[in-house]
Amino acid sequence: MKISCEEAQGICDKSQYKEASFWDIIKLRFHLFTCKVCKGYSKKNNELTSLCDRAGLTVLSEEDKEKMKRDLEKKNA
Amino acid sequence: MTKHKLQPDTWVDQYADYLFNYAVSRVSDTEIAKDLVQETFFAGLNSAKNYKGDAAERTWLVSILKRKVIDHYRKINSKKGKAEVRINYSSDTDAEGDWLEQQVADPYSKDGDNVLENEELGDALQDCISKLPQKQALVFSMKTIQGMSTEDVCNELGINPSNLWVMIHRARTALMGCLNENWF
Repeated sequence: MKISCEEAQGICDKSQYKEASFWDIIKLRFHLFTCKVCKGYSKKNNELTSLCDRAGLTVLSEEDKEKMKRDLEKKNA
Repeated sequence: MTKHKLQPDTWVDQYADYLFNYAVSRVSDTEIAKDLVQETFFAGLNSAKNYKGDAAERTWLVSILKRKVIDHYRKINSKKGKAEVRINYSSDTDAEGDWLEQQVADPYSKDGDNVLENEELGDALQDCISKLPQKQALVFSMKTIQGMSTEDVCNELGINPSNLWVMIHRARTALMGCLNENWF
């Protein structure tokens, strides 16, 4: 049942992407009861996730970037 | 003060995403935003000789993009401006409530604030991501922004899952620190 802080933070990271197993999350919860440092980390981590969701960032696809590069090179030549 | 130099070859890799997000949050259309970024790069290339090297490359490109966004709004407005000014209580006919009182903005609504805040949040977040080491930024954006599965990211980058989680952990820790300084 006992896990190290390193493990706990790893599980916390995974749970941000919904990739932590059920049993891992129970272990994490148990750890957070006793460890203030990880509790702080977990809180910040959750905040970061919700900020990322709210910001609604997007990225250009690789094709678009390639196309831009080609066009730019043509212009530059 | 060191003088900055322009390196157009690296523009797309380094700044395209940043500029794209900046544009998307202001014009709310990915196609138009893409065009604006492209135009910005072209304009940058054309006026490269006017670059004095006082500002960082990205700041300079953002200032060009700002003008492009303004130009875009001018263009669509001039088309609209030709139409007559019609005064009507309600512009869309199937909206409920014809009375003027029902048309005023809801003072308790926070929608406007939220839009503005999210725009700035996006800028701040993107700024922090661009300060990360390149590999970490890539892994973080593939995982968080594009929402790719761990397996796909690993395959594409040729790393194993524990590598990936270490990088995610470092990126997240750095981002928390950066946002702590610049956002909260």
